Amino acid sequence: MSADFSLNTKETTPASASGPRIPGSTLGRIGLGALVPLLVLVLWQSATSLGWVTSAQLPSPTSVYSAAVDLIGRGELGTHIGISTQRVLVGFAIGAVLGLGFGALVGLSRLADALLGPTIGAIRAVPSLAWVPLLILWMKIGEDSKITLIAIGAFFPVFTTVYLALRHVDKNLIEAGRAFGLKGIKLLTTIQLPAVVPAIFSGLRLALAQAWLFLVAAELIASSMGLGFLLTDSQNNGRIDRLILAIILLAVIGKATDALVGLAERWAVRRWA
Amino acid sequence: MTSTLDHPTFVAPTSVSSNALRVTFQGVGRSFGGREVLHDVDLEVTPGEVVAILGPSGCGKSTLLRSVSGLDQPSAGQVLIDGTAVNGLDTRCAVAFQEPRLLPWKSVTNNVSLGLPAGTDRTTGAARIAELLELVELDAYSDLRPREISGGMAQRVSLARALARRPGVLLLDEPFGALDALTRLKMQDLLLDIHSAYPTTVLLVTHDVDEALQLADRIVVLGRPDGATAATVTQLLTVPGSRPRNRNDESLGRMRSSLLASLGVDAHRH
Repeated sequence: MSADFSLNTKETTPASASGPRIPGSTLGRIGLGALVPLLVLVLWQSATSLGWVTSAQLPSPTSVYSAAVDLIGRGELGTHIGISTQRVLVGFAIGAVLGLGFGALVGLSRLADALLGPTIGAIRAVPSLAWVPLLILWMKIGEDSKITLIAIGAFFPVFTTVYLALRHVDKNLIEAGRAFGLKGIKLLTTIQLPAVVPAIFSGLRLALAQAWLFLVAAELIASSMGLGFLLTDSQNNGRIDRLILAIILLAVIGKATDALVGLAERWAVRRWA
Repeated sequence: MTSTLDHPTFVAPTSVSSNALRVTFQGVGRSFGGREVLHDVDLEVTPGEVVAILGPSGCGKSTLLRSVSGLDQPSAGQVLIDGTAVNGLDTRCAVAFQEPRLLPWKSVTNNVSLGLPAGTDRTTGAARIAELLELVELDAYSDLRPREISGGMAQRVSLARALARRPGVLLLDEPFGALDALTRLKMQDLLLDIHSAYPTTVLLVTHDVDEALQLADRIVVLGRPDGATAATVTQLLTVPGSRPRNRNDESLGRMRSSLLASLGVDAHRH
């Protein structure tokens, strides 16, 4: 009996915590990810210097680069990037906080779900651009209307992921919590909220991407500054080099902010899942 | 972990007071949507007793257990703990489920602390958890997360969490059912050690006849009498001998055959 008491056997060794292996090192992965953009750059350069396309259709990488240098010299590029980033971050923050609040409310309360669920679903069905005329009428062409539009864009991914995640928290865990006397707020903070933390972060990541999308929509239509304005302004002036520059900047900045939230998401999954 | 080999006999902590409670089932019945699952279950479990509830799957064993914890309410009759009826979740009970049901984002220690009664002060709680983790031989793993330990270890955490309540009634719902055969035998021995350290009332749901014979003072067999749709107590056996029992004892063997037969299994073929 006493000899059997020792449970120190092979099957009780802690399981390995490593996930599926990703081929190569971090550096190797970055290199692999940079391969396609570099290839595109080479193709682009060849296409322009070999005369496959005219410079009116597609300017060379060097002329896009000099357009950037020129805009930086005038102090405009920094302003465009700064104001766009600011709009995205403010709108994203507002939308995310509201999305968390409403997602939690509707996800946890059957009453709130019945009351608000259909309305929120209907608002989500409205295409983003449909809001623009109304917001401009209500709030004029200023920061408020743009930030509101971006907040609308950021709201829904957060709302939906939080709502669905709360609905699908492991019933067994909740029952175990109840069996140990947890209820109400205590049950929420001990089990339900921690269980949805990874979902919240993936919702935030989607929301940020959506915020950039809505930013361009807002700036294309009514603005005097920002990357979206740079797009329309360049279109009107036939500055295709600046136009391409704006697209590249949107891609790079969007990817950079996404990577930051992605890091936070990975941390959250490690910590909470 | 190796240090535990040095003290082969477990010494009961002096802080333990015997708070085992009596459990009484009075005409307990349960229907789900008009279909009766349990009918007129009467049973008296004395304080400190280990009672195994045995029966084929789907006969309402777990439902009966859940009516003690208050996770489920009987449709008929009532369950009394220490003479008072169970009404809503009962904090005098603690449950260990078939799955460990640990919170994946919390360490072993913090999972066990979930079982502490509300209002336990920090030092008392920490001391109790340390004591329990030593009892279930997990003191070396206290900082790990559930996904970093084996299924058997996770089930021991679940047991420690239940014991952290100092429950008057410990409810075990097929706690070893999902473990491999070898780990299960070790967990059964561990449970007997736990029971001698904390002599509480234990209700153990199992479908394993050998497990019931090894652990229980008495065995309740739930089954459907001929022609009935709902299960009730069909046998109530007192297991001979004191624990720990020799798994190869002859009288246990006979009891094993008759139990298997009552569960509809031909014992000679096993």
